Amino acid sequence: MTLVAEQATAETVKPATDPMPVPDHEHEAPPRDILIIDYSGELEKTWATMILASTAGAMGAKTSVFVTFWGLQNFVKDERRITGQNWMQKMMSFMQRPGISHRKLSKMNFFGMGPWMMGKLAKQYNVASPKELLEAAQLMGVEFIPCQMTMDMFGLTRDDLIDGMGEPVGAATVIGMMQDGSSPLFI
Amino acid sequence: MNFDKELDARGLNCPLPILRAKKSLNDMQSGQVLKIVATDPGSVKDFAAWSKSTGNEIVEQSQDGSVFRFVLRKK
Repeated sequence: MTLVAEQATAETVKPATDPMPVPDHEHEAPPRDILIIDYSGELEKTWATMILASTAGAMGAKTSVFVTFWGLQNFVKDERRITGQNWMQKMMSFMQRPGISHRKLSKMNFFGMGPWMMGKLAKQYNVASPKELLEAAQLMGVEFIPCQMTMDMFGLTRDDLIDGMGEPVGAATVIGMMQDGSSPLFI
Repeated sequence: MNFDKELDARGLNCPLPILRAKKSLNDMQSGQVLKIVATDPGSVKDFAAWSKSTGNEIVEQSQDGSVFRFVLRKK
């Protein structure tokens, strides 16, 4: 009986705001550089890439994103409809529309119904879109580096790609960055 | 506690509270204090990790129901 009474008193005197312990802000080692390899072109994986890249930039890490294969389709300007130099490259861009706003889901795509619903839900729950996150990442100094081989194979020019991207490079540069101690992530 | 700037991150989902905080700090001086109000439960651990990585110190932190309040000093 006394116990119940004590609990009730404790409840009533509880302040409206609970102070929480303050976390330690001293870090043991300098933060490592981050290297993300953006390989996939699907909406959900592109989203993950952009969330992690923008956050790494906000955390002050030197962040590079190597953009290759299907991932490079994310970095073609949204308004470009057909890209490529020959009929096969043009056909490929026709079959899968490039641009970060035109990504498809790997499952539940349902002729665009899935991505449309994802976009609606994201707005409802205040989740930033991949495009917004990409712009935020660029503002935070994240460098997006296109893969030269992918550009050649898909017939993409620097003008097809969004502004502010780094110089196109190859696999050796990426491996070199890993050897120099960047934390690598393949998405 | 006094603060120089306030950021209302209520309703924003991961990673927006962190991105907005970084943006707010960009136009502040070293030593100035930013107050952040957020509702994302993940932001408690996220701000701790972010503080550790950037060196911006969380000087005060509290919870009021589902609302979290962070006071941090720019490095």
